[in-house]
Amino acid sequence: MNPKTIKYILKRIILAIFTIWIVITLTFFIMHAVPGGPFVGEKAVTEAVKKAMEAKYGLDKPLMQQYFTYLTEVVQLRFGPSLKLRGRMVIDIIGDGLKTSAKLGLIAAACATVLGIILGSFAALRRNTVLDRIIMVITTAFVSMPSFIMGSLLLVAFAVKTHVFPANGSTPAGLVLPVITLMLYPMSYITRLTRSSMLDVLGQDYIRTAKAKGVSRTAMIFRHALKNALIPVITYLGPQLAYITTGSLVVEQIFAVPGIGRAFVSSITGRDYPLIMGTTIVLATFIVVMNLISDIMYKVVDPRINLE
Amino acid sequence: MDISKLSMHVNVEDFLPATEEEKEYMVQMRPSTTFFRDGLKRLSKNKVAMVSFFIILLITLSAIFVPMFWPYKYESMLGMQPGKPVDASFNNLRPFEYSSTEQARIEAGESVFPHVFGTDSSGRDYFIRVIYGTRISLAVGFFASIIVLVIGLLVGSVSGYCGGRVDIIIMRIVDIIYSLPDMLMVILLASVMKVTLGPAIDGTPLAKIGSNIISLFIIFALLYWVSMSRLVRGQILSLREQEYVLAAQAAGAKGSWIIRKHLIPNCISVIVISTALQIPSAIFTESYLSFLGLGVNAPMPSLGSLASDALNGLNSYPYRLIIPAIVISLIVLSLNLFGDGLRDAFDPKLNS
Repeated sequence: MNPKTIKYILKRIILAIFTIWIVITLTFFIMHAVPGGPFVGEKAVTEAVKKAMEAKYGLDKPLMQQYFTYLTEVVQLRFGPSLKLRGRMVIDIIGDGLKTSAKLGLIAAACATVLGIILGSFAALRRNTVLDRIIMVITTAFVSMPSFIMGSLLLVAFAVKTHVFPANGSTPAGLVLPVITLMLYPMSYITRLTRSSMLDVLGQDYIRTAKAKGVSRTAMIFRHALKNALIPVITYLGPQLAYITTGSLVVEQIFAVPGIGRAFVSSITGRDYPLIMGTTIVLATFIVVMNLISDIMYKVVDPRINLE
Repeated sequence: MDISKLSMHVNVEDFLPATEEEKEYMVQMRPSTTFFRDGLKRLSKNKVAMVSFFIILLITLSAIFVPMFWPYKYESMLGMQPGKPVDASFNNLRPFEYSSTEQARIEAGESVFPHVFGTDSSGRDYFIRVIYGTRISLAVGFFASIIVLVIGLLVGSVSGYCGGRVDIIIMRIVDIIYSLPDMLMVILLASVMKVTLGPAIDGTPLAKIGSNIISLFIIFALLYWVSMSRLVRGQILSLREQEYVLAAQAAGAKGSWIIRKHLIPNCISVIVISTALQIPSAIFTESYLSFLGLGVNAPMPSLGSLASDALNGLNSYPYRLIIPAIVISLIVLSLNLFGDGLRDAFDPKLNS
């Protein structure tokens, strides 16, 4: 790797760390802007109990001191206890949810990437045929459909009306519909991305050279065309995981999947502030790191790309 | 008179009056078009874009005008008449079904306006709620895009015009906001502003719009201007260096001419297009938040909150979900396709 690449990577890592710090700081101050603090909405508490609670959670100290205590706690992943689910620590709730959510998200991401690349290559190789048109129309429709709409429609069609799949997402069979819901948008996006970059690559001189020297069609497609056409797809890996992460918030809600997304949504409606903060920070860090990785991969894979 | 091509002698024939045949060459076959008219012509030839445009037009017009003559109100629970006991037969009507009191009135010879999409669980006419929800969603999308446009234009042009340290600082801020996970920040801000903004605007005219919609606009103003400002800055920086600007300067064009004839036409199309494409993304965000219960304040409907409410009665009334789902997808799809058509027609860079 040349020094320019290394400098770029370092710059991106610093920006990512800075972004995560901004997220943590924002979360802290936004939560403190809530009038009355986190105990609003609880059963009417007497002044003495409120004082005791504030002392217990350190809310009576000066704001800056609270902020620094909070920072050191967050770095050690200590988000404190949940306000609504008594006796449970936020980090445990996140950890439990993360197992299900990670499974759901990773399956969806893998399916979306593989299917998207296959469909996109097909569309490009059969350009302007009926197959190409059908693929493009369907993907255009999917790109315009919000995930919660897609999820609800799938729920009506396959769980409520026909009972093909269970509506409850806590069993393995129940994960089928959430996975489909989550993958349709990124799959369509990757299809379109692969198609346009494949068309671009197929017009390049080195493809003509390969054809001229007698490379077989399969080898031409896989070794020459696809390999280069996939470079733009790499840039989408980060945003794709970000989309799946935020998409899973509602999808888990619709299909009752016991994941981190559902915990997050119920923490919003239940105003469980430590849980909101914890989930936001964990998910945001994940998204930032994924974007960082996909950006760096992009630059490392294709040295021709201008680093500025 | 035979003169060699290299001769310096003047050819007299060149100075004879033009014949009728020659004059015809100078006749304008069609009026010269402007860039805008040219783009419109290209756009009107794009069938997909035109169909999308008419769908948007139809939806927008009906969202504006239908509530004016529709006999039912979006918030009125038809079974609750003042001074009478609650008439539950108005609740959960199927499409074109009538409640028992309405049935009685029809039998008495009165005409009763049908409930085209039935009523919801509180006895509110569902058709007008969908229309009203469409109105809210479209308005939110439109105004949010305007906010993004104004802030992005301002910051981007300041950054591009000033350059130097101002530019660096602004672009660093843009970089950071850009790398924030926007949806999570939006949810976080919306969930807090839902609590804080309500008391703050109570009693002011803003309270009528509802605290949640205001907080939605604030979120757009805070987070979504960054890509617009990047775009504007990039445009300004690159357009200043273009060869045709240099050529115009060389030909003696004044600054005001260059700005009017070269910079604005080249910049404006890109900006208008990305504003147009911002609308569906704003509608997307609004419906997402409404779905999570962070969108519009009840009883005001939006397409997202209608879909979210429909989840409760999914088993018996799936059409209550499907109707807003179709409307929302139609709006987003046709806005996207129309935006693409606009880009194809008006982006001079793509016309090669």
